[in-house]
Amino acid sequence: MEKIISHTGIGVPLRQSNVDTDQIIPAVYLKRITRTGFEDALFAGWRRDENFILNQEPFNAGSVLVAGPDFGTGSSREHAVWALKDYGFKAVLSARFADIFRGNSGKQGLVAAEVAQSDIELIWKELENNPGTQITVDLESRTVQCGSISAPFQIDDYTRWRLMEGLDDIGLTLQHEEDITAYESSRPAYKPKTLPARSAD
Amino acid sequence: MSATQTPQTLAEKVWNAHVVRRGSGEGESRQPDLIYIDLHLLHEVTSPQAFEGLRIAGRKLRRPDQTIATEDHNTPTLDIDKPIADLTSRTQINTLRENCKEFGVRLHSLGDKEQGIVHVVGPQLGLTQPGMTVVCGDSHTSTHGAFGALAFGIGTSEVEHVMATQSLSLKPFKTMAINVEGTLKPGVTSKDIILAVIAKIGTGGGQGYVLEYRGSAIRALSMDARMTICNMSIEAGARAGMIAPDQTTFDYVKGRPHAPSGEDWDAAVEDWKQLHSDEGAQFDAEVFLDADTLEPFVTWGTNPGQGVSLSDRVPAPEDFEDENDRKACERALSYMGLTGGTPMKDIRVDTVFLGSCTNSRMEDLRAAAAIIKGKEKDPNVRMIVVPGSARVRLEAEAEGLDQIFKDFGAEWRFAGCSMCLGMNPDQLAEGERCASTSNRNFEGRQGKGGRTHLVSPLVAAATAIRGTLSSPSDLANTPVAV
Repeated sequence: MEKIISHTGIGVPLRQSNVDTDQIIPAVYLKRITRTGFEDALFAGWRRDENFILNQEPFNAGSVLVAGPDFGTGSSREHAVWALKDYGFKAVLSARFADIFRGNSGKQGLVAAEVAQSDIELIWKELENNPGTQITVDLESRTVQCGSISAPFQIDDYTRWRLMEGLDDIGLTLQHEEDITAYESSRPAYKPKTLPARSAD
Repeated sequence: MSATQTPQTLAEKVWNAHVVRRGSGEGESRQPDLIYIDLHLLHEVTSPQAFEGLRIAGRKLRRPDQTIATEDHNTPTLDIDKPIADLTSRTQINTLRENCKEFGVRLHSLGDKEQGIVHVVGPQLGLTQPGMTVVCGDSHTSTHGAFGALAFGIGTSEVEHVMATQSLSLKPFKTMAINVEGTLKPGVTSKDIILAVIAKIGTGGGQGYVLEYRGSAIRALSMDARMTICNMSIEAGARAGMIAPDQTTFDYVKGRPHAPSGEDWDAAVEDWKQLHSDEGAQFDAEVFLDADTLEPFVTWGTNPGQGVSLSDRVPAPEDFEDENDRKACERALSYMGLTGGTPMKDIRVDTVFLGSCTNSRMEDLRAAAAIIKGKEKDPNVRMIVVPGSARVRLEAEAEGLDQIFKDFGAEWRFAGCSMCLGMNPDQLAEGERCASTSNRNFEGRQGKGGRTHLVSPLVAAATAIRGTLSSPSDLANTPVAV
């Protein structure tokens, strides 16, 4: 994973709450077996509407999405994060993120920055009044800067550290493989195994 | 429990029993715990990129004997003996088959007696048991919490992590008690309980929490009904929902193909009996719901929190104080083609879908069949019945339920996720309206431009008869077929 300390890019106001992952990427795009190439799938339903924000310049070149509360609800599909990243987004700002989406973002180097709704409202106004305004998302200081607006954001320490170091989770865990093996040797004997396969017949 | 031990919630007990390595630090800056995973469920949609990741890194699947796969999201529910017509769907299914072969994973393919929706298959095989940790690249993994397991959905990066390490790095969840006391009226089901809970706490209300459903109304439910409730915990924003195991749970598990037997069974039950929140255990939040006054509950909008009692009306934007809620209401009404103030029971549907990991088990099919038996379907309504698994389909056929559905004019299909998310050909057309026993009413979820009302199997059945959103109690004057 690439390290991220700070990112600056055009902010995109998405004045909507409860943006679920079915909207971020409709199910029909989940049939692919690759991990990249999902840029066309991002908000595919909404992008058919020419007034949608990503169909307007300069927002179509945005890299910081500023959304209403409860972003990323619903399906666990990590494709939602891949689609945002493939399109060019580096960060999403929202007052509340769904847990699974937040986790998936952290694994893929997308910054999910929790910003108070009152600050989101200010940023929305700034972006709408001055389209093309850039937003800086700084993990070091945990602040976002948009025009004259400076606002703190929340992100948990562990995710922030991993993003800033660009660390791979599996590699980190495998450093403790002995602990996993030790745990396995202490599991109760009655715990089920999928193999050999058994059936009701 | 020793006198010095702090009382624990059910979720904390299961968590603590699975800590491989405790994270260092305290409070906010505490590192995640490494949690052991007992069972990993796979399906074709969220696994291909994870297998590919293993292959690229040259890593092995650590525990094939704690992993099982099934084909469900893409699979057709008609002509299952023919090659899958949609080429991308076929490729994804074939990729799962090749991956399972290469990594030694047990797979139940289309046509197999144990194939079906992953969350129906696990419990039915007896692989889901109390006190386990269960994960799957699917948010409705919360279903398995009905057994007192800690079960939750994960993203594909985490799927790969579990494949390689049989564990996950996780921060402890907070806990929320959902207390449901009283007795459900006839015609009111566990689906109505969970829809009412979501409307009450909102789609973000459960974020960061594990929900524990408690109280006399929950204790009275069957396992099928408990699974329906835990299944939709994610729709309240919670990653997991749990119900303490009891005799109902033990009776369900006993004798299933992968249930413990002999001395193992006794040892297991001994342990499982400890799996309840201790007297005096502290929850981080509590919610109360009165089962006595609950009515059939349905959604009117485009997220599962936008629901009301079936006897109520569609809300209007001005009914909401918060500006964001008002805008969300306006947008939802426009998408749904509804006007505020319309009685819910006046809403006419084109389609009724009985299925999904929420409501496709034997009890759901039996309940719907009992309502429609000997009745006539509204001629303008299409009804599709999709059993949750091939095994459920076989059992239903052994009981003659398939004939009841067919006589009524419903389509009796093969098992899979089907119209819940329309990854296979089962989709709504633009503007079509559906009473659906599934879990999500998002824009376009059941097909581009399709409109979804989430309902219980009983409401689905009554709606198929009357053509408008209805409960069984509305059927008194419906003509009986000769």
